[in-house]
Amino acid sequence: MTAITIRVQQEPFDFGAECAQFAKGRQDTGAVVTFCGIVRDHEDAALEMMEIEHYPGMTERALDKIARDAATRWSLTEVLILHRYGPLTPGERIMMVATASAHRAEAFAAADFLMDYLKSRAPFWKKETTRTGSDWVAAKDSDEAALSRW
Amino acid sequence: MKLDILYFAWLRERIGLPRETVETDAPTVAALVEELRAREERYALAFSDLAAVRVAIDQELRDFDASLEGAREIAFFPPMTGG
Repeated sequence: MTAITIRVQQEPFDFGAECAQFAKGRQDTGAVVTFCGIVRDHEDAALEMMEIEHYPGMTERALDKIARDAATRWSLTEVLILHRYGPLTPGERIMMVATASAHRAEAFAAADFLMDYLKSRAPFWKKETTRTGSDWVAAKDSDEAALSRW
Repeated sequence: MKLDILYFAWLRERIGLPRETVETDAPTVAALVEELRAREERYALAFSDLAAVRVAIDQELRDFDASLEGAREIAFFPPMTGG
């Protein structure tokens, strides 16, 4: 059984504290992989804000499904998906995933899988505000293509 | 039947509201979209390119030819950009 934790929240999270707590004290786990996504400024430092909208209810269900899919493909002891919404500024942490497994290969692969599916199968939308105006971030064809890897 | 319809991101902005309740006999999502398009210009505009629109029925991603039988909540939104 994989212990799955899904958190969708507006408030910031402490990446270091989350990592320290994840899979803490387990004796069946030999590997933990973590990933953290951060709001990246544009090259001309024009980004003032990134607003993340989501679909409450469906978001949690979609993230839980993605985590359960990962748990059926790889032998995982724990999975954490944490994703923020609301207004964020450059440098702020947006989201993180963590995977725990007996061996590293499964933890790495599962984290990679979670991120590919999070990009295009979890109902989040990003709107960027720059000095010149604001617009929704378009989905990339490469994000959809990435799913065919799995 | 009564359906709750939710709009997100630029669909919400173009239509001008986050959710509404409609009375419809549309058998499929595609038929519902046709009804909405015929209502007002802002709907026609929002649904002008369905390749740029995704749909969920009761919080599950579905296709436009999906049946609305038993459905309660329909959501329209652009391709997702999580992570």
